[in-house]
Amino acid sequence: MMKEYFRKNGNVMGWGLMLLVGFWVIMLIILPQAYMFELSFHPHLPPPEMGGPNDYYTLENYKHLVFGAQGNEDGYNKVDLMVFIRTLIAAACVTVFDLILCYPIAYFLGQTKGGGFVRILVLLLIIPYWINEILRAFAFRIIFGESGVINEFLLLFSIIDDPIDFIRANIALYAGLGYAYILLMIFPMYNVIESLDRNQIEAARDMGAPWWMIHKRIVIPYAKPGISSGCTMVFMLSAGALAAPQILGGPSSLWFTQLVYQWFNQGGNWPQAASYAIVLLAACLIIVLTVMRLFKVNMGDIGK
Amino acid sequence: MSSGVGVDLQDVWIRFGDFVAVREANVNIKGGEFFSFLGPSGCGKTTILRAVSGFLEPSEGNVLIGGNNMAGKGPNERPTALIFQNLALFPLMKIWENITFSMEVRGASAAERRKRADELLDMIALPGQGDKLPSELSGGQKQRVAIARALCAEPDVLLLDEPLSALDLKLRQHMRTELREIQQRVGITFIYITHDQGEALTMSDSVAVMKAGVIDQIADGKSIYDDPATAFVASFVGENNMFRGKIKSIDKDGMAIVDTNRTGALLARVSTDAASHLKVGDDAMMFIRPEALDIAPDTKSANTRIKADVRHSEFEGQSYNVFLEGSEGKEMKMALTNRGKARLYEPGVSLTLEYDPLQAVVVPAGELASE
Repeated sequence: MMKEYFRKNGNVMGWGLMLLVGFWVIMLIILPQAYMFELSFHPHLPPPEMGGPNDYYTLENYKHLVFGAQGNEDGYNKVDLMVFIRTLIAAACVTVFDLILCYPIAYFLGQTKGGGFVRILVLLLIIPYWINEILRAFAFRIIFGESGVINEFLLLFSIIDDPIDFIRANIALYAGLGYAYILLMIFPMYNVIESLDRNQIEAARDMGAPWWMIHKRIVIPYAKPGISSGCTMVFMLSAGALAAPQILGGPSSLWFTQLVYQWFNQGGNWPQAASYAIVLLAACLIIVLTVMRLFKVNMGDIGK
Repeated sequence: MSSGVGVDLQDVWIRFGDFVAVREANVNIKGGEFFSFLGPSGCGKTTILRAVSGFLEPSEGNVLIGGNNMAGKGPNERPTALIFQNLALFPLMKIWENITFSMEVRGASAAERRKRADELLDMIALPGQGDKLPSELSGGQKQRVAIARALCAEPDVLLLDEPLSALDLKLRQHMRTELREIQQRVGITFIYITHDQGEALTMSDSVAVMKAGVIDQIADGKSIYDDPATAFVASFVGENNMFRGKIKSIDKDGMAIVDTNRTGALLARVSTDAASHLKVGDDAMMFIRPEALDIAPDTKSANTRIKADVRHSEFEGQSYNVFLEGSEGKEMKMALTNRGKARLYEPGVSLTLEYDPLQAVVVPAGELASE
């Protein structure tokens, strides 16, 4: 295999590519993450003391998430744990919501003949993403604000008497998160469904299958790799989102990433922040792998 | 299984915008018949099949199955099952699930389905293969699974859209026999779409030859080959030598003398379908099959004889294909059984050819099939 690779690319190009990929993987991904991982087992020390006699390995930072600060009477760090669990549940809800919303769109795009029309629709989906994330989040704030478009509209037609506080109810947040990752859900599904042979759908129709059965038995099993890759991305990214929760989140609700951010930034406690971030990553991985096992999806399918 | 359900197309027109895909099709397919639509690609034969299966509605006219008008009925409401050109087996379902999908739709239990699948697998000579996936089967096996899947729904009419086109030659020939056998065993109506005349002629009770949306002729295979109705049918089905000319005379037995442009006056039989409307003086085309030509015992002239020079010949084992040039460069082909007269077919040899006028057919001048 290696021989083949060098024969195809030549020695200079071959080594060049390997070095670049190696640099990317090791220097930009593995080393920083490993550093964070290592850092999470250290006590919070001022920089001059790091690596000094006062430095040692400890599980203190992880304990803090579960039990709170030392000497905490409650026994558990209820606030942070609640935020952690709520973040995961909310991210799962956003994922399911996106899946339900995007599957019909992906199916329609994937199975509609006549490329021009579909290409325009895809373009219409993509163009809003040229606007940066923060601007989009603020736009949602305006839409969902107390005197925002939606409230004005509902008031105008007397559907409601008082404006609804979408921000406090976190509706703006979920809508913003859902919207932010729609494309990541649509495209993997669209790619797979596009390659589904239309004759299979017609064959099933010919044999009398109603539409829901065609989806259950033919389209969804076929689209499973796309569905799982879309869901994985949306779940991971919404659990790890920061901008949308900062801007759209209600005053009383925190996203777990905001806690991480606070430790890094306001607290200046990097080891503590690193431990929180690693717990979030580990939890996300466990959830994704469990769900994949449950639905019998292989890791290789996701790359499809 | 039910049998004897016929299919009728009455004045069926199918248009896509301005394009007429099928023009005034009138077809009567008898119950239990193996009926083929034969034509080059793009002639509208698949469109007709889709109109019978219910995937599209004719723009005008009616499709009747077993005497019932199918207007407004979807594919799932018609007693038809369609076998797709690419078979469209469900790749993620096991073979037995594929075969019994129509039962699953109706809510049959897994045990019932399993039993039926085993019966059908026995019928298509693939016993014990039910737990495999389609990708684990060979082309011919997949073919048979597609047939079993279609038959599982117990349709009155089985529609086949060039199902053999993906197979290699040997397997295709084998599957012809097999399809014919299955049709006779289950006794239901088969409607078969193909551009391969060999398939149409070997398997069918009746063949409809189509050209650009128009059905030129409906007849049994032998009549299609020996008694073509139009120039298109004569040139599309099998090989043929065509002579263009005007009709000089027609006698009461339907034998015509055609004054051909380059080969002189030739005697031939007027095609049965054309007999009523061909008149003396009409532009006509005369066709003689390569195998109907033979070498005359002497060099006398007659209106069943053609003089030509050998240009080259191909040796095919059981026969020679001799390519000849007649007067004014008229090209002809003759197929002769190998009886050891090889020197006669050497380039440059002048021959006098003769033919049986009953084996030469006259039809009105018309469009030929493009090669």
